[in-house]
Amino acid sequence: MTATTPGGWLLVLALTLPAGAMLLGFVAGGRHAQRIALGALAIWLAIALAVALQVQASGAPLAYVIGGWQPPLGMALRADGLAAAMLLTGAVVLLAVALFGQGAYDTPRGAAETRAAYAFWCFLPALAAALAAAFLGGDLFNLFVALEMLTFTALALACLDGKPSQFKSELRYLLFALIGSVLYLLGAGLLYGAYGTLDIALLAGRTRADAPTMVAGALMTAGLIAKMALFPLHFWLPPAHAGAPAAASALLSGLVVKGAFVLLLRLWFWVLPAPVVLGGGTVLAALGATAIVIGSVVALRQERLKLLVAYSTVAQMGYLFLMFPLLAAADADAASRAWLGGVLQAVSHALAKSAMFLAAGLIAVSLGHDRVTSLGGAARVMPITVIAFALGGLSLMGLPPSGGFTAKWLLLRASVETGQWWWSLVILTGGLLTGGYVYRIVAAALAPPAPGCVARAVPRPQELCVLALAVASMLLGVLPLYALGLVRVGAP
Amino acid sequence: MTAGLLFDLMMALAVLGTAAWTLAARTQFAAVIGFVATGLLLSLVWVRLGAVDVALTEAAIGAGATGVIILYVVARLRGGTAEISAATPSRAQRALAALLAVAVGGVLALAVLNLPDPAPSLAEAALAGSAPLGLGNPVSAVLMAHRGLDTLLESVVLVFAVLAVWSMAADHRWGGAPGPVFRREESGPLSLLARVLPPVGIVVGIYIAWVGADAPGGKFQGGTILAAMWILPWIAGLARPPSITDWRLRLMIAAGPLTFLCVGLAGFAVADGFLSYPPSFAKPLILLIEAAMTLSVAAALACLIAGPPERRLPPESMAADRR
Repeated sequence: MTATTPGGWLLVLALTLPAGAMLLGFVAGGRHAQRIALGALAIWLAIALAVALQVQASGAPLAYVIGGWQPPLGMALRADGLAAAMLLTGAVVLLAVALFGQGAYDTPRGAAETRAAYAFWCFLPALAAALAAAFLGGDLFNLFVALEMLTFTALALACLDGKPSQFKSELRYLLFALIGSVLYLLGAGLLYGAYGTLDIALLAGRTRADAPTMVAGALMTAGLIAKMALFPLHFWLPPAHAGAPAAASALLSGLVVKGAFVLLLRLWFWVLPAPVVLGGGTVLAALGATAIVIGSVVALRQERLKLLVAYSTVAQMGYLFLMFPLLAAADADAASRAWLGGVLQAVSHALAKSAMFLAAGLIAVSLGHDRVTSLGGAARVMPITVIAFALGGLSLMGLPPSGGFTAKWLLLRASVETGQWWWSLVILTGGLLTGGYVYRIVAAALAPPAPGCVARAVPRPQELCVLALAVASMLLGVLPLYALGLVRVGAP
Repeated sequence: MTAGLLFDLMMALAVLGTAAWTLAARTQFAAVIGFVATGLLLSLVWVRLGAVDVALTEAAIGAGATGVIILYVVARLRGGTAEISAATPSRAQRALAALLAVAVGGVLALAVLNLPDPAPSLAEAALAGSAPLGLGNPVSAVLMAHRGLDTLLESVVLVFAVLAVWSMAADHRWGGAPGPVFRREESGPLSLLARVLPPVGIVVGIYIAWVGADAPGGKFQGGTILAAMWILPWIAGLARPPSITDWRLRLMIAAGPLTFLCVGLAGFAVADGFLSYPPSFAKPLILLIEAAMTLSVAAALACLIAGPPERRLPPESMAADRR
């Protein structure tokens, strides 16, 4: 039985505040939408921080039973360490992107409402609401609604430029996302038919390894990995993410794919029975390992900066799947390290990748192009942006003292401790390849400008937003260990 | 018993038959007709299964609204042969998709045949939980109370969808009215229908939404009928949609989720917390939400069907319209 915990109302607020802000901004429009979104996202960050502090302090998950209707008839919102950490990450990235977006999507006083600005300022709080629903939801069908919210938001953000050329790759993305949603829904229906509940806490430990459960697990997993662009379902991601405007790319690569990741963790480590997890985890990790190698190699060969960063997302998402077989191992300490490593990878990638996409956007604006081979002079005009890009890159490579280092080190240790040393080879190879493509960019940016190259200066506030995200991904690596304990609260 | 079984068998064959016919249809128009027919037959299947609420929704949204949208797409693609053949999947892709669909269908059948019998169900609990709310239809109790958060978020998704459709507009058309302009039909069957049907249809739509508290029906089904009653005069050129920047149109679309959200949050003050209703006042509050949601569903569906803004009316033609 779930009971509402003290501070549970914070979860309601985390979900309703951005949803309400989106609705109000939708009606008010123009400059009002912008101010409502900025204000709401600032408060949302405070709420996320309060949730994280409360979970950390009490050492137990927060819960709120909606309307007083107990599951299985009703449903509950829950925040364990995973949810709290992801919520906080989402709030930090969204606020930074919102402040960054004030450059391109500002509606000055008295100016008429424009399409892109209106959509941007409505969909920012919309994404916040969708992420809150995905991270806090305790019910498999409610999480389906969260997936729908994420899909619509992501699609609209990706088309923000209104370029017809972008519609084709977005249509392909929509197709993948919708097929993923349908597969997830079919699986959820089967689970309800088998157990008479969709509540994750009630399903936990109660599922059997029978045909309906296996089929449901397979369908839902297939649907979710299509949304996460795991190899071999990855090819929709690079054009969709790279073609979007910088602020949107940062949100898509940094946050949207993480929504499906949290759902996949809930499905595998709470709902599915242990034998399935034991067998299937290796398959997922093998796909993840392939994604790391192939994604990094393809990224190395890219000629366009934004496409390179997008392929790097394919590779970095692969790391998230390495935790699955490690968590299923018998060694409790190693499993705990793998859990921490996997979640930290999600958090640090969200921060680093959003910084890198924003930086790539600024570079493209300044130089007027984003060809990797002719980035010369960029470091001279915008040193802060190039430094932010490099810091994000360090985190992706897994060099100390970044958040990515802690994450990859924990995964590496867990793989050796559980005797699955082969994953550590993949982690090291991926790090080297990542070093390769990050070096390519940074070296090109540090090169002297080509004759005739005119690089414009970019607004300092935008550069500082990018730097803040990159520094946050570094700070994650120097956090004291007890702060990381947050992620372990309520871990499987 | 045998007659019922025979009927079910015929229904199943008919659904599969129309679905196969839809896939094999040579023209796009025929495929849409097949799609709508499959949807209508499916809603009969839902009636046979005793799920009248689902049947109504399938007929209204699955067959009706979706059918209109696809038909509209077919009409707009006319002449775009090059674009269509470029976007048509190759034979190999189609074979692969068919294989995948058969495989998913196969494992689904395997899973469904292995489900526990009798199925575990929350029907008893939902029935017991609907009485204190004063609702005769347990489906409404589930949608508005027990799983109220799902309904609230789905209604927010509807606003997302309208906004997403609008945001696909060309920049210079922002501020215009959604959809194309239809020539005003002074006579003919469409014009007659557009004048005669709405008065009846609006009453039926409101009735279906109102009766949802105690019998099958509700905001989604009623709202769809109301949307259709606006679409009809729009296509006949008798009505014009307002500009998408008009705050009244936007408020109409957001009114449902906003009301739901406010009532839900008021639960902190007057009841047991978020989305709980005070026992003595539950039904009026639920009816208030349903009323606002019916309006929003109707406005949102009409906007989804009309599509992104396609023109910007110069001020003088707006004035001429009002004449």
